[in-house]
Amino acid sequence: MSATTVDATSAAHPTEAHHTSTGLSNEKLGMWVFLGSECLLFGGLITTFLFYREKEPLKGPAIGDLYDIPYTSVSSFVLLMSSLTMVLAVSAIKRHDQRNTRVWLFTTALLGASFVAGQVYEFTIFYREGLGYTTNLQGSAFYTLTGFHGVHVSLGIVMLLSAVVLSLRGRMGPERAETVEIIGLYWHFVDVVWIVIFTVVYLIP
Amino acid sequence: MTTTHEVEHADHEHGHPTDRTYIGIALVLGLITAAEVATYYVDLGALLGPVLIVMMIAKFSIVAGWFMHLRFDSNLFTRVFVSGIVLAIGVYLAALTSFHYFSS
Repeated sequence: MSATTVDATSAAHPTEAHHTSTGLSNEKLGMWVFLGSECLLFGGLITTFLFYREKEPLKGPAIGDLYDIPYTSVSSFVLLMSSLTMVLAVSAIKRHDQRNTRVWLFTTALLGASFVAGQVYEFTIFYREGLGYTTNLQGSAFYTLTGFHGVHVSLGIVMLLSAVVLSLRGRMGPERAETVEIIGLYWHFVDVVWIVIFTVVYLIP
Repeated sequence: MTTTHEVEHADHEHGHPTDRTYIGIALVLGLITAAEVATYYVDLGALLGPVLIVMMIAKFSIVAGWFMHLRFDSNLFTRVFVSGIVLAIGVYLAALTSFHYFSS
């Protein structure tokens, strides 16, 4: 057990019992409303991609011919495992384990960065194969969808690293467990969006 | 001082999963992902689409339910999130219908 782990029975569930009209944390509810609206954003982008995928490209390669499924599978697995490290960070801060909170938050950011780096590499390969952003409709829809997702992951990394820095400065104590939980909600959402993209965009022909 | 085991036990009593449970869930997610990737190498014919969709929904539900704590939190959070998903699917169906009927 870490030396920083202290009595946590009183703070194991710091988000329960809020003095709000719903009895729930407004911050947490706000994040869920935001995530609900994000479903519409990604729903629209996925729909656009599905429409344009059906159309034969007038020039340049078809997107389906460029996929490297084994490579993308590894990227997907990395992002999936980052959800595990994120939930372990939330678990650690709830039991006042500051050291492990930082370790898991940083590991999550590192896994997320690996995913984004993989995505940049994939884009580079596609570009070298002749598929630029404006080459054809398939390419535009693909880059817009996966690019938007990549930006979301990048924003998540900024949130995670900010939390690590605040923790190192002693400003992310157990009383801020809900903040880490809310960052976690965002991170898991980014993961579930990729679960859909990986299946619908890459695996279903 | 409360030990990690006692905290995990307390969590369990509150219905929240322990770290060990989370690791088990991640293993299940990893196995489903491996099965998804396997469909790329095995010819499932017409079953490919439905099989992949089922596995996708399973992974989505597991992450949302366990990692995002929807199983344990207020139903209001679930309703808000599901509303977004239903609206997104509605957008897809509306666009699909529009293009089917109004495309030249």
